[in-house]
Amino acid sequence: MVATHTDLNTDTLLWMYETMVVIRRFEEQARREADAGKLRGMHSSIGQEAVPTGICAHLRVDDYVLGTHRSHHHCIAKGVDMSEMMAELLGKATGTNKGKGGTMHIADIDKGMLGANGVVGSNIPVATGVALSAKIRGSDQVTAVFFGDGASSQGSLHESMNLASIWKLPVLFVCENNRYAEATPFEYAVAGGSVSNRAPGYDMPGVVVDGQSVLDVFEVAREAVRRARAGEGPTLIEAQTYRYQGHFGADDPLGYRTQEEEDYYEARDCIANLRAHIVGSGDTSEADLDAIDRKALSAVEAAAKFANDSPFPEDDELTTDVYVAYP
Amino acid sequence: MVQAQSVRQLSFIQAVNEALRQEMERDESVFIMGEDIAGGAGRPDKEDAWGGPMRLTKGLIAQFGPERVRDTPISEAGFMGAGVGAAATGMRPVVDLMYVGFLGVCADQILNNAAKIHYMFGGKVKIPLTIMTGIGAGTNSAAQHSETLYSVFTHFPGLKCVVPSSPYTAKGLFASAIRDDDPVIIFNNRQLMGMRFDDDVPEEPYTVPIGKATIAREGTDITLIGIGYTTRVCLQAADDLAAEGYSPEVIDLLSLSPMDNAAILESVRKTRKIVIVDEDYPRCSIATDISALVAEEAFDYLDAPPKRVTPPHTSVPYSRSLEALYVPDRAKVVAAAKEALE
Ligand SMILES: Cc1ncc(C[n+]2csc(CCOP(=O)(O)OP(=O)(O)O)c2C)c(N)n1
Ligand SMILES: [Mg+2]
Repeated sequence: MVATHTDLNTDTLLWMYETMVVIRRFEEQARREADAGKLRGMHSSIGQEAVPTGICAHLRVDDYVLGTHRSHHHCIAKGVDMSEMMAELLGKATGTNKGKGGTMHIADIDKGMLGANGVVGSNIPVATGVALSAKIRGSDQVTAVFFGDGASSQGSLHESMNLASIWKLPVLFVCENNRYAEATPFEYAVAGGSVSNRAPGYDMPGVVVDGQSVLDVFEVAREAVRRARAGEGPTLIEAQTYRYQGHFGADDPLGYRTQEEEDYYEARDCIANLRAHIVGSGDTSEADLDAIDRKALSAVEAAAKFANDSPFPEDDELTTDVYVAYP
Repeated sequence: MVQAQSVRQLSFIQAVNEALRQEMERDESVFIMGEDIAGGAGRPDKEDAWGGPMRLTKGLIAQFGPERVRDTPISEAGFMGAGVGAAATGMRPVVDLMYVGFLGVCADQILNNAAKIHYMFGGKVKIPLTIMTGIGAGTNSAAQHSETLYSVFTHFPGLKCVVPSSPYTAKGLFASAIRDDDPVIIFNNRQLMGMRFDDDVPEEPYTVPIGKATIAREGTDITLIGIGYTTRVCLQAADDLAAEGYSPEVIDLLSLSPMDNAAILESVRKTRKIVIVDEDYPRCSIATDISALVAEEAFDYLDAPPKRVTPPHTSVPYSRSLEALYVPDRAKVVAAAKEALE
């Protein structure tokens, strides 16, 4: 198998555009479902679409991604079925996790999505183990684990970076630095004002990238994935990005950040950016992109319909899946 | 009339907030640490953006400042351990562990250090640490954010564990915990935070003793044991049972370690039947502990085997349809009680 989109050709550009638009429409729909009371809430990834999109462009179906509490965008970029995701959000039997996991735990092993995770920092060691497994099995599979700026303060990251480095594991540590952990500003919580500068201490490359530019993320990921696949070891990527909405939905982000800051990031929106780039560079027209937009919207509408029409799990599902076997 | 005027109703959240404020006023060595207990850290104009995820600590930073109301990075092992160290050396830290499921991140500090230092050091060092943490299912939050887990902590010698069931007991237990010289963990069920209560919460500081249960409703036919939120469930079930002509007694356990064995035994020797209602996992739990206590110490008085109403041995499901089956509710308690009664 070859990587899906190694070269930055029109095909790749359009895949990235469509992926980001689909993520945004999905999140908007999910928010509507939450507002209608069908789920308690969710961590929206709107604003951060470019990060997993630029990374996952380089990943194969059999590569792995692990995420966080805010992971709808990781799942979509890795190819998880949107209808099953939406059904999971609504706790339906047809969901990716049969309704047992919900918004913070979406997983689809067949697509290489080894799960979102509600405990901050918890997935980073797991990802390290997934990469270890690939190495032991002699496979060239690559693992990317996403985490937030807040998670960078967990010991789990530091222990994992050290392990991955001494064992030269094929893993990408991808920090989505959206400047806040809940209501805590990054500059308060992270000593030295940088996540990427943790890397030299663990003897691996640490790269800062503009997370609002999917093209920049794509370039950085190309090298990190190449390095991992070649057995040269891990990379830490700090993608500077921004979540447009509140932490979980109900909170008002202006309680802890400013309108000017929000305006600054929204003016550098990743989707608008890429759209301008594509149109400016030639063979794709605004109308072509509009068609992609419409396609994305109807795919999300279909997902919502599927989810809403699906049944809740049978009662006996409460006690299944606790064990593989428990005689 | 006079009495009606003096009744002051607070929410659970307000009661906790008041206890923290009063204990900090009372004792300069008390300080609080946790994630977003103020919010907007380092930005004076944005200070107290949250006041805690459940607003339990709202307004405290304005009164006591960021030295004593300390927002932390997401580093539970680090700041829980820092709480242990500060407690060992003259401070009375209150550490907020947002959800009890995050125990896993800082278990070493709680279980190996907070619990054991006093014993291992021959009683020469005290750890007057208070940990407050959120528990409970019923909020559509899935397996990692809905646990109860207090039974795990009661397993460990050296830790005290309390579970408030109302604003009144919350305020008094917080005061007791903070003044106590041992590590005390306060388990706050999230469902209580949205409920209305009509009990009177005195404005002046008071304590509810650690290690004592209270009788939430007196009766003679059957004992229902409630813990925190399940005390509310027991009281509802008691209404239903009373409507059917029974006289149920509800014990509000409040303290799991130490546990008020005497109160449980006294009640069950009177009623001769017991239903224990516990939201924690059913294996090796406080409910099994109580069941064993009653079987060992009151066997001859029992008219029916002790009954436990708990979730099944499974993680907490996300789907609301399944979660509704998971949490002990009024109907399940009534059904269990009637089995014992009939
Ligand atoms: C171990 C742990 N501590 C605390 C929390 C509560 N919590 C959920 S998300 C979050 C903030 C995470 O910030 P960051 O890592 O920057 O990710 P972001 O939300 O910005 O995507 C916190 C504190 C948690 N889920 N797990
Ligand atoms: Mg963040």
